[in-house]
Amino acid sequence: MDQDTIIINGNHLVFRSGETILETARRNHIDIPTLCHLKNAIPTHTCKICQVEVMGEPALVESCAAKAKQGMTILTDSPKVIEARKEVIKGLLASGYHNCAAREMDAKDWTSFQLTVLKNDGKEDLCPVWGDCELQDLAYRYQVKTRHTPSKECRYDTERANPFIIRDFSRCILCGRCVKACREIQVNNAIEFGYAGDDLKIIAKNDATLKDSDCVFCGECLQACPVGALVPDKAFRDHRFKDTRKIRTTCSFCGVGCQMDVFVQDNKIVKIDGADTDLPPNHASLCVKGRFGYEFVASPERLTRPLIKKDGKQVEASWEEALDLVAQKLSAIKSESGPDSIGVMTSARITNEDNYIAQKFTRAVLKTNNIDHCARL
Amino acid sequence: MTNTIADIETSDLILVTGSNTTENHPVLSSFVKRATLKGKKLYIIDPRKIKLTEYADKWLRPLPGTDIAWINGLMHIIIKEGLQNTAFIKDRTENFEALKTLVETYTPEHVEAVTGIKTGDLVEVARAFAKAPAASILYCMGITQHTCGTDNVKSLANLSMLCGHLGKPGGGVNPLRGQNNVQGACDMGGLPNVFTAYQPVGNDEARNTYEKAWSVTGLPKNPGLVVTEMVQRAHEGSLKALFIIGENPMVSDPDLNHARKAFQRLDFLVVQDIFHTETAQMADVVLPAFCFAEKDGTFTNTERRVQRVRKAVEAPGEAREDWRILCDMAGRMGYEMSYASSRDIFKEIAAVTPSYRGITWERIDKVGIHWPCPTEAHEGTPILHTTQFTRGKGLFHALAHTPPAELPDRDYPFILTTGRVLYHYHTGTMTMKTQGLNVLSPECFVEISESDATKMALDTGAMVAVSSRRGKITAKLKVSSKAVEGTVFIPFHFAEAAANELTNAKLDPTAKIPEFKVCAIKIEAV
Ligand code: SF4
Ligand code: SF4
Ligand code: SF4
Repeated sequence: MDQDTIIINGNHLVFRSGETILETARRNHIDIPTLCHLKNAIPTHTCKICQVEVMGEPALVESCAAKAKQGMTILTDSPKVIEARKEVIKGLLASGYHNCAAREMDAKDWTSFQLTVLKNDGKEDLCPVWGDCELQDLAYRYQVKTRHTPSKECRYDTERANPFIIRDFSRCILCGRCVKACREIQVNNAIEFGYAGDDLKIIAKNDATLKDSDCVFCGECLQACPVGALVPDKAFRDHRFKDTRKIRTTCSFCGVGCQMDVFVQDNKIVKIDGADTDLPPNHASLCVKGRFGYEFVASPERLTRPLIKKDGKQVEASWEEALDLVAQKLSAIKSESGPDSIGVMTSARITNEDNYIAQKFTRAVLKTNNIDHCARL
Repeated sequence: MTNTIADIETSDLILVTGSNTTENHPVLSSFVKRATLKGKKLYIIDPRKIKLTEYADKWLRPLPGTDIAWINGLMHIIIKEGLQNTAFIKDRTENFEALKTLVETYTPEHVEAVTGIKTGDLVEVARAFAKAPAASILYCMGITQHTCGTDNVKSLANLSMLCGHLGKPGGGVNPLRGQNNVQGACDMGGLPNVFTAYQPVGNDEARNTYEKAWSVTGLPKNPGLVVTEMVQRAHEGSLKALFIIGENPMVSDPDLNHARKAFQRLDFLVVQDIFHTETAQMADVVLPAFCFAEKDGTFTNTERRVQRVRKAVEAPGEAREDWRILCDMAGRMGYEMSYASSRDIFKEIAAVTPSYRGITWERIDKVGIHWPCPTEAHEGTPILHTTQFTRGKGLFHALAHTPPAELPDRDYPFILTTGRVLYHYHTGTMTMKTQGLNVLSPECFVEISESDATKMALDTGAMVAVSSRRGKITAKLKVSSKAVEGTVFIPFHFAEAAANELTNAKLDPTAKIPEFKVCAIKIEAV
């Protein structure tokens, strides 16, 4: 038992060989904040938020990089740690255009903080991910105020040259998560760190826009970005304060069957994210169709009423009329020309339950085996 | 798939053939690409220089329609060098001698003459595949959409069995299903010859079970017609009525001209769908249905995992759930089919479907389960055939190469192959409603190699007329490094320039899949 244990905040925890302090902590539900760490990717340790105090070590240690070692005694929230984290957060807030009110926060509690922000929400340029930003959360949690620190000017223009992802470099904290997501999770190798020093920037090849790069708009980077530097080019930005419901479901495009979280406001899908990183088959990844291809659901072109052809033209009809007509026609053809003169094409799009009923209807009611779907096509 | 998606990353070698994985199964392709980051071997055998070739150790380029030849060629080399898995062949398979005799003539030189694959490359892949501790084969429509599609699939199984790569982690022969619930539609008996879980309609016992479960008599015992045969019979006049649910054959069927005439000859056409598709426009009655975001139910993915679909939004107008419409119809035709919810339907499915018996909605609430799952205590089956094959011993099929039904000639000098692009899905009825996807992929194109384009003195953007013996379309030319001389690719999503006006409806005799992947065409400037 003593073999592989470390002590975090007084808790004796067993670690697995090769595990980092961060991994052991997370597995045991001890929260150590990070901004650059991305699950299933090699640690970048650029953000320094995950620092912890290891007894006997002169300096703080990055928990995402340091391996757990037998007998280590660790404090994740000591005064020294908190002070260091505050400094880091302050620096990050000042590094760009983080005008989300986290900077001017004097409020004592979350409610009055929200009220302050609501008041400012009329402002056009309020950060679009307000309320869904890991940096803002940390700023609040550690009560970091940077009202008097001037923020750095950003020399790069916001990119809106593609239909799905807005790249706002003024809010980029250069944590590198997007690069990891693109290169190590989806392996699309579309983006990387470019230029140096003060000019550091996340770029596509030759600093082209995403549309003219190898980017395939899977949105893995978007989902990984902890702040408002990568945001979907969608109405979601304008609806932050509306009620949002989140529903877990399965993608309806290809046979991978990715698990996804659908965000709904006013009976409309406003965003889709990949589900949990631990959840098979897709471990939170999606592709461009799954993530962005949902507009068809609320399309005005959806069929809303039955149609019946009359004098060569399709006209709207009631369900009663349509169902009666189909039932009567099918019955007549069945008795005149036999069951095998009717065919049913079911679908690879509809659910198992729908398909089961379709074949039951064909076999038990129509009394034919003429049922197939377009899987071959 | 015999194995799981996650399993791909644990293979030592991945052989991808006839699958443009990054565009058709994007998230699955990440597993393949990540495997290469870990130093696993990747070989691609495909007529197009698809994106995935950039990640591969080697890309082998066969002429379209010569798959059996190169597969036999690989087996020839493996057997000749004694690299086959003798223990696996002895314990788990039969008919090896027949295979061995057949592949004797498939020398690398002969295979090169037929397929165009270089001798040295074929030898390299054969050795690597046989020596890998676990090698996985991934394939898609590029293998199945041929007149010899069934034999292509059997040949891949031969190859995998020969090296003992079946029934273990990191191995397997893995078909990637195109549409989201193809697996489920097949499992549920949406096929002319079987009930759920592939129980044959001709089997008296199976019919008895169903007659009891459904309280009916006289279930038909002769297998019915496949889609392509239905279209044929409609054309001839013996099929009078067609009920189409959520499909758009007026874009997806081969030889559209023929299909259009067939549909016009029907006495009665019903289409149940979410949009007024090209097919719905021809219908006598159109019934508005729910889409996935409005439904509760299950889909079964390509790795046989049964997963939940949940209602997120209310459906528009008077649209109704597919199953409710069918139940209402059944009632009117004198047979009571009533369920309180789709969960009740799933309970009935589990009761009559051995491979789904142990699955309940509660059990798959968080994580889906792989069938077969015979009891509620069973955890599901991520890897098939670990101890034996469905029929007991695995059977080697000795299969000879047969050329495609239509080959290029003087009048129609190019080979056409069809497929999908990343930004659209099937006939585009859903993806073309998202503006951003149309921005990234606005229209049909004719993908051609640089050398062919130069010969015709045409460049990207030129409008061309493409014709086959069956039809003609016009679209813009796109010179691409993915194309190889003599072969042209056209995506089939676009109704305005439907590639299927050109394709050949000639069928594989067993699977009855049309030969979408090879037909002869000519290209002219307009
Ligand atoms: S959208 Fe996908 S491909 Fe494009 S940069 Fe982001 S991670 Fe890379
Ligand atoms: S864009 Fe976002 S994820 Fe990428 S480096 Fe900047 S802050 Fe990090
Ligand atoms: S998100 Fe993309 S890869 Fe995943 S199931 Fe949907 S279409 Fe397939």
